[in-house]
Amino acid sequence: MIPAEDYIRLLPEIVLAVFGVIVMLAEPLLGPRASRKPLGIVALVGTLAALVATVLQADNLGPAFFSLVRVDDFSVFFHVVIELIAAVVILASLEYLDTQQIHAGEFYALILFGSVGMVLMSSAMELVLIFVALEISSISTYILAGFRRRIATSSESSLKYFLLGSFATAFFLYGVALIFGATGSTNIQDLGEALRAGHSSALVYCAVAMMFVGLGFKVASAPFHVWTPDVYEGAPAPVVALMSTAPKAAVFAVMLRIFFMASAPGWFWLVWISAVLSMFIGNIGALVQSNVKRMLAYSSIAHAGYLLIAFAAAQDIGISAAMFYTAAYAAMNVGAFAVVSHFAAAGERYVGIDDYAGLGRRYPVLAACLSVFLLSLIGIPVTGGFFAKFYVFSAALKSNLVGLTILGVINSAIAAYYYLRVIVVMYMREPEQEEALAPISPSLGVALAVSVFATIYLGVLPGRVLEFAQAGAARLIK
Amino acid sequence: MSPHELNPLILTLVTFVPTAGAILLLLFPRRASSIRSFALIVALGEFVLSLHLPLEFDTAKSGFQFDVNLPWISSPNIHFHLGVDGISMWLVVLTTFLVPLGVLVSWKSVRERVKEFFILFLLLETAMIGVFVSLDLFLFYFFWEASLIPMALLIGMYGHERRVYAAVKFFLYTMVASVFMLAAIIWLYAQTGSFDYLVIQQALHGEQIANISTAAEWLFLGFFIAFAVKVPLFPLHTWLPDAHVEAPTAGSVLLAGVLLKMGTYGLLRFNVGLFPAQAREHAPWIVGLAIIGIIYGALVAMVQPNLKKLIAYSSVSHLGFVVLGIFTFTQAGVDGAVYQMLAHGVSTGALFMLAGMLYERRHTYEISEFGGLATPMPVYATFFLVITLASIGLPLLNGFIGEFLILSGAFKAKAIYGVLAASGVVWSACYLLWMYQRVFFGTVKLEVNRTVPDITARERLALWPTAVAALVMGVAPLVWFSAIDPAVRVALGPLGRELGRLVGQ
Repeated sequence: MIPAEDYIRLLPEIVLAVFGVIVMLAEPLLGPRASRKPLGIVALVGTLAALVATVLQADNLGPAFFSLVRVDDFSVFFHVVIELIAAVVILASLEYLDTQQIHAGEFYALILFGSVGMVLMSSAMELVLIFVALEISSISTYILAGFRRRIATSSESSLKYFLLGSFATAFFLYGVALIFGATGSTNIQDLGEALRAGHSSALVYCAVAMMFVGLGFKVASAPFHVWTPDVYEGAPAPVVALMSTAPKAAVFAVMLRIFFMASAPGWFWLVWISAVLSMFIGNIGALVQSNVKRMLAYSSIAHAGYLLIAFAAAQDIGISAAMFYTAAYAAMNVGAFAVVSHFAAAGERYVGIDDYAGLGRRYPVLAACLSVFLLSLIGIPVTGGFFAKFYVFSAALKSNLVGLTILGVINSAIAAYYYLRVIVVMYMREPEQEEALAPISPSLGVALAVSVFATIYLGVLPGRVLEFAQAGAARLIK
Repeated sequence: MSPHELNPLILTLVTFVPTAGAILLLLFPRRASSIRSFALIVALGEFVLSLHLPLEFDTAKSGFQFDVNLPWISSPNIHFHLGVDGISMWLVVLTTFLVPLGVLVSWKSVRERVKEFFILFLLLETAMIGVFVSLDLFLFYFFWEASLIPMALLIGMYGHERRVYAAVKFFLYTMVASVFMLAAIIWLYAQTGSFDYLVIQQALHGEQIANISTAAEWLFLGFFIAFAVKVPLFPLHTWLPDAHVEAPTAGSVLLAGVLLKMGTYGLLRFNVGLFPAQAREHAPWIVGLAIIGIIYGALVAMVQPNLKKLIAYSSVSHLGFVVLGIFTFTQAGVDGAVYQMLAHGVSTGALFMLAGMLYERRHTYEISEFGGLATPMPVYATFFLVITLASIGLPLLNGFIGEFLILSGAFKAKAIYGVLAASGVVWSACYLLWMYQRVFFGTVKLEVNRTVPDITARERLALWPTAVAALVMGVAPLVWFSAIDPAVRVALGPLGRELGRLVGQ
């Protein structure tokens, strides 16, 4: 007999799945040419309901379903982050789908299903369940990436993501199999006990490396980043907002659990090398891009690199720094893509950096929002991006990783250039075309307001979120 | 309410009144003609408010005054800690003095996006004042970076032809250099658990941090690079001519008048204040760079065909004097350096305003386009002469006091420093007077120059304060030194202790 609180501990996942099904069922009721906005609103309600469920969950921590999942401060943190991302992405998509004339309600259902997988990853304690959740989230995003199906780059994006993604999950699964062979368990808790007891054969090292390959692919850290620019370029802009933040947050949660909770050995140098490569490849790649989506793709590779610095740092401060970073990165990146998706207009015509010329004069509000996000991505104070970098670097310095910190600092200086270029173009260049943009719809307005608020809030009063992250971190290494 | 009651609040007010003004400006309709008047009222009000500081300043007390210290963020441990000593107080007043003048000279020259211009201008004022009053390293870094964005936008949006290039160059130079300072600040925080200037100073001087000596080398350099770019110290000065030539007049006024002083202020407050031993150790080559800057800046200024570039290079030369003064570690030298910061702010700010007025009339800065302007513009020529002489360092005008003290400090430190630097004074007379001769004397060669109108009442209003300040600062320096001198004594205190220890060994 399964006790009732087990269901509460899985409530957000259940709520999201139920609303996803409702969207699918309601879809045929709308005419083929009708706007799918009502379905989007249903989906939005779903994410908000899931948020409420997460809040309920927070008073009811503990393991559930024979320790398959475990709800703790750590998982609640990632639940909130991912559900907020999903809500903001849905808000930004309401208008986007109409402009692009995509009349398919599955879009919203897939976002919800994808979110089920992502939130499940953050609370799963069983490697096999993590694999299943990873697949749920990945398959949804593969389809979402190809949603502009009449456009070749979108289909390319979807196919590429699918092929390489399946390859990567196979690596992960292989790693799970090997670690099961070495320790006889796939439960993270048991694994941790076995590994701490001194079970570290060559097989375990192999397994950790394999899992790192699979997870590294999902967070787009170098050298597993090659797919990122093409996929981000082709996929619909709101989908990129989702997949550059939410699945990454979830996978970082999994990495934190595997590396720290299960005390997996031998990952320090893997992470060190991957962090340095990601930062340099991401930032140098972004320097030469002329397409905003590609530039943000390279920038997301670089940010994965900064985040991995926190993994290399000592446990207690490193974990909370990484958690804070995922939250701050989500706020600014989702916001940036919300602006990009509005400005892209029908057919995503305007995604070149030069198209942003004169945006500051023509659309002061839109330009000001984008500037906030870009300044946050640079890491200028009073934005979340600053404290995110700050916590990561100070965690690294406290762990005496001076070399890694210096490389990180040099990279954030390089990065300033390409983010700045967009601001320069927006404010200091005269526009070439004067095509009027659709006015900002209320839903997009809310999405932007939430993102700007979150970015500034994390930059002015980071204390509460950090304390919560620290509580989660403490739970993880206990 | 007596003025004393304002003391605990005054720094917060002085720092944020311009921001409040900027926020109120947001509410103005885009084309309202009252935008300029409102900005001027805010700037003047701010100046009057800031005069509270010197009036209430207690010269008998050492240490920081008017301080506020409130917790802001618990983790990391950041405090809203403001306070001024005699050095930073006068820099704040210099800032508030120049801003209304900047508003006046932008009255006509900024035609488009007027609202944004004044909003940025006022935000810049908050950031600059914040840099001088922050006693929390994090807060300092925040204002330091915050000053960058409005300035870069002012150059990039309102500048001349190559404005975008200049704005980006300015931003990147300063940004890249200041990340090293950030790394140093984070390191200090990681070791001491505090961002508070006084706490960190205590920890460093009390040697409470293990193995500090090697780390301190790097920390010193981390701070030094950020400030050296800002000063700018040779050979990191290359952004300055571009930024000045392309910036709008008011931007140049604040850039030369205040932003460069943020660099020299930082050198004095942080490099000398926190790392006296390293400062002493590195002083020879820093002084070398400063002297190269003095002579090189002067020589390059000499051959500039462009009026604004000439003034820009003269700044490189004059700021070299300031750095030299600081790194002599003598009472006279540092006193002079602080005074030179103020004097240079007034006179170079005025020179840029004058150059801007000429540009508004003729749309060029090329010296060869002028000649004989004293005939059509007698009043303008007189103001220009006064300010030029002040900049050269004529006795009884403000430039003389600072240069004299710096040179006397330099001779005391090492005679060769004094000899070389003194040649800079001669050079500055050469290039400034030669420029003056080419612009104002002789016969009017170009027909257009015959009918150039003389300056208007509004422009006179902007110039009179600078001319008066130049004179008063030249004849009554004690007004300033009564606060500066004790503050410098405190700043040099750790150096004295350092020296004592060396001698003891």
